[in-house]
Formats: sequence, C-alpha cells, structure tokens
Amino acid sequence: MTVAVDRAATGRGERPGLRARLVRSYRRHWYAYAMIAPVVIVLGVLVGYPLARGVYLTFTDADSLNSARTIGVNHIDATYKFVGLDNYADILWGPTSGDRFWSHFVWTIVWTVSCVALHYVIGLGLALLLHQKLRGRTAYRLMLILPWAVPTFVTVFSWRIMLADGGFLNTALGSLHLPQPAWLEDPFFQRLAAIMVNTWCGVPFMMVSLLGGLQSIDATLYEAAEMDGANAWQRFRYVTLPGLRTVSSTVVLLGVIWTFNQFTVIFLLFGTGAPDAQILVTWAYYLGFGQQPRDYAQSAAYGVLLLSMLIVFTSLYRRWLARGEQFAS
Amino acid sequence: MTTTTEPTPAEVRPAAPAPAPERALRRGESSRTARLLSHTVLSLASLIALFPIVWLVFLSLGPDKDDYLHPSRILDKATLSNYTHVLQDTNFFQWLGSTLIVSLGTTVIGVLLAATTGYAVSRMRFPGYRKLMWLLLVTQMFPIAVLIVPMYEILSELQLIDSYGGLILVYCSTAVPYSAWLLKGYFDTIPMEIDEAGRVDGLSPFGTFLRLIIPLAKPGLAVAAFYNLITAWGEVAFASTFLLDDEKYTFAVGLSSFVSEHDAQWNYMAATAVLIAVPVSAFFYVVQKHLVTGLTAGGTKG
Repeated sequence: MTVAVDRAATGRGERPGLRARLVRSYRRHWYAYAMIAPVVIVLGVLVGYPLARGVYLTFTDADSLNSARTIGVNHIDATYKFVGLDNYADILWGPTSGDRFWSHFVWTIVWTVSCVALHYVIGLGLALLLHQKLRGRTAYRLMLILPWAVPTFVTVFSWRIMLADGGFLNTALGSLHLPQPAWLEDPFFQRLAAIMVNTWCGVPFMMVSLLGGLQSIDATLYEAAEMDGANAWQRFRYVTLPGLRTVSSTVVLLGVIWTFNQFTVIFLLFGTGAPDAQILVTWAYYLGFGQQPRDYAQSAAYGVLLLSMLIVFTSLYRRWLARGEQFAS
Repeated sequence: MTTTTEPTPAEVRPAAPAPAPERALRRGESSRTARLLSHTVLSLASLIALFPIVWLVFLSLGPDKDDYLHPSRILDKATLSNYTHVLQDTNFFQWLGSTLIVSLGTTVIGVLLAATTGYAVSRMRFPGYRKLMWLLLVTQMFPIAVLIVPMYEILSELQLIDSYGGLILVYCSTAVPYSAWLLKGYFDTIPMEIDEAGRVDGLSPFGTFLRLIIPLAKPGLAVAAFYNLITAWGEVAFASTFLLDDEKYTFAVGLSSFVSEHDAQWNYMAATAVLIAVPVSAFFYVVQKHLVTGLTAGGTKG
C-alpha cells in the first residue's frame, strides 16, 4: 500500500518477462492510472484530436470555399485536397514569405523580447521599492496591481480611447508642445503603442511574483554581505539576483509564453486592420478568420509553426537553466 | 518555492533578527532622500497604473459618444444615463448570463476533472509520469492559432458553433491541464505524512484523496477555480469566433460590439466596461495573494 507514496519505488531491479512486467506495473500503479485517466482522456479528445486534425489540415489547401459547410438545408461536402508540405514551403520561402511570415516573425521576436524585458525590469524595480519599510506600502501595492485585476479586454479599450486621435494622450502631449503621433494608424507607433499597453498590463504579475521571491530571501544573507562590506549594488548583484533565480526563471518563461501568444491586446487595440502591428498569433487568426475567403490551411500551418517554436524555446530554456544550476552547485 | 505561500513574510521580516543597533540606524536613516525618491517613483507608477481605469470611469459619465474627445465638457454634464441605457436597452444581462454559464461551466468541469490528476502527479511516480508532466506543460503554451481552425471545423460538424457547450469544451482544453498543474503545486505543499497516516488507518488511495486531501486542499481548489474563472471570463479569440448570436455573447465579445467600424459608442462601452470591471476586480483583490503563489509554484519544477 505504501508503494504509491514511496517516490523512490519506480519498479526497476528485477526483470522478468515483458508481459509479467506489464502486469506487475499495472497492479502497482493502477490507481495512479485511474486518477490521471480523466485528464488524459480530456487531453486526447479536446487537444489531441483537434491537434491531429489541425496538422492534417496544414497538408491540404482547405479554405472557407472548399470546406464542408451547410447553407440553409443544403450540406456541401469538403472538396479540399492533399497538397503535402506546400503550405509550409509557401509560408517559409514562398514569394510572399518576406512580408507575410518573416516580417511578422521579426516583429514577434522584438515584441516578445522587449515586452518581457520591460515587464521584468519594471516589475523588479517596483518590487524592490515595495520591499522596504515604507509608509503606505500596502496602498501602493494595491494600486499597482490594478492593471492585472481589471480584465484585459476592458483596459485595452480604455487605452484605445486614450490613444485615439484627439484622445487624452495626444492632448497631453500637445499641451506640452510635443509631437502627437498617430498611435493607432502609423505602423511604427502602432507597434510602440502595442508594447506600451502590453507592458502596462503585464508588469503587475511580475511585480507581485518577484516581491514574493524577495520576501523569501533569507535576511541574514544581506547582513552577512553587509558585514563583508558589500555595497548596495553588490548586495543586489550577489544576494538578491541569485535569490530570485527560481522565481525569475519561472516568470520569465511564463512571460515569454504569454507574450508570444498574446492575442487580446493586439486584436482589441487594432482589430484585424493593422497588418504591420500583427504578431504571428494575430496574423494567423487574421488568415483564418479575418479575411475572405478564410484560409484555414495556412492559418493552421502558422499555428503548428508557432507551437513548434515555443516547444523548441522551452526545451532550450529548461536545458539552459539546468546547466546553470549545475554550475551554481 | 513553497516559502512564498507564507502569508505575511513581509510583516515578519522587519521584526526578524535585530543586528547591531548602529547598523540598523544607518539603514533607516540613510534613506531619507532614498525614501523620498521611492515615494515619488511609486506614486508615479501608481498614477500610471490607475489612470486608464479612472479615465474610463470618468468617460462613462459623459452622455455623448464623442465626449472622450472633449473630456473637460463632461464635468458640467456628468450623468449616469449611460449606465441606465446599458442596463435597460442593451443585452447586458444576457451577456452576463452567457459569461456566467461559460465561465462557471469551464471552472467546474476543469477543477473536477483535474483534481485527481493533480494529486496523482504530486504523490505517485508511475511509468509515463514524465511524459504526462511534459504534456501538461506543453498544452499550456498552445497558441490559440493551433486549435482554433480545427476546433471550428469540429464544432461546426457537431453543430456546436454558437452554443455555450461548444465554447465550454474549447475552454476545457486549456482549463483542465492548467488546473491539474496548479493543483499539483498545491498538493505538493500538503505533507506526505498525512497520506501515510491515512494509509496506516486502512484508507485506499482514493479514500485518502477524498477524505483527507480534498478537505485540506480547499484553498488550492479555490485558486484553480478562480484562475479558470477569470481566464474564461476574459477570453476573446475563441469567444468572438465561435459565438455568432449577439444575445449569446460573453462580455469579452459584447464589449467590442459597441465599437464597430460604422459606429463607435464609446460612452456606452465605457459604462459597460466599468460595470464588468467592478465585480471582477473586487473578486480579484480577495484572492490575488493565493493566485500568484499558485501560478509560480511548480513552473520549473516539472
């Protein structure tokens, strides 16, 4: 009975026949399997099957004109056909790949890196400020958390009003005799606006997580460092940053995944109207649902590419982390 | 990792080890300018954090749809007429209904299905454990673009487009693995001795889980539920693609419907936004402390 609780018992050692081992493994672990069954089934049905179907679609030329559909009482069967890897070839090195895939790819990287960097640096700065004896600390904390508390789809609209022509931001800039860019029309400023809004939305999560990390660092470490004559910067560099390592690596990973997949901010800020400001996710959505005819196959192919990029990134990141830990210890 | 669950480490900290008085003094004193600087930066940051929200509340008081261009005029004619209009003449309550159905449905299914798995991966090692953990991690990074097209096809075949059930199913594809992940993090903080005590007293693994762990894990279940709730509540991409009938819109879709290409009713949009934001944010403040712990726990431990 204690077998399942015993973390070390993973059934190695004795080696009878394969069948016997399977039976034994089943006897030993059947309740573990029974317990994970709901999630495994749900993942298979709700994620595995659509994913397989999506991958299959990427090998076809499916769009809204040749897919199965029902118009009134008439049912029209799907007529799309298998085209092999054409979609991927077209996306990655077809004649339009330059300003369709690669430009969005570069912008997505810029977007992800700058957003996560801004989130992290601002979040860490604010966390450090909040992590000192300070009057009104709780009040500041509650106010600073507000952008996270209010749903993003609400705050993005607020930003859209503020960024609009004649909106608050440009009025304020105008009264300071500064240039008033067309935030929602000019491609460069669209991107800047998107990064700004997403930074505003994402900082509170980083701040709160890092604050939690700061609070879990042993105070005696700071004292020891001070005894050894470390100045403020050295204490930060050699005590705070290493102490935040675990939290940081997690929130940066989450931040990268969330920012890379960030749909709401860009979609609600610009709709499908601003081709230059679309990151890959929103661009894929535009291909699949924002244009006529809808290009399902290409949209799905973008999705598969995006997922592969994230998986590659995550495994490299985790490997890199593991190596760093080896060095540290 | 679990140290962050400590509810008030911040309050404990200053009282903790008292160093030589001289140094404590220096630490407190040297920061007069630093303290002023901290206050300045924090106030400025708070202002930036608050402003867009306050602005939205302010604009919601202006009766005309172009008032956002002339905010100074709102002061003279501030009225709650937008709110009465939204509550009486729009689909606000239908939207509230669908948002609640979809998000509560997702939450209940997500947490119920994920609970046993979270427990299993927290306590047991079985062949396939690593694969399952990897799977749970990978499903969390699915960009919406991967599943939205095939889901659309499948749901059309099942005639589930424009239905709450379809949307709940789609949301469960992320809610279930995510809840399992969050719950694993929480179960990890419950000491293993409790399980062992249960076994000694003759409970089966399921009995231990149901009678001992679940009652202890209520806060963790609440966090997972809450996380599912706000995610489903604020989801935009699937909802705006799969819901067609404007009476079935969730808030996330309904709110954008005020601002179409032809007509932008910013004043009504602002009022609706405020009505949506107030309860959600209030709820958020109640549970936020637990939420952070849940989200960051276990992220790299997998």
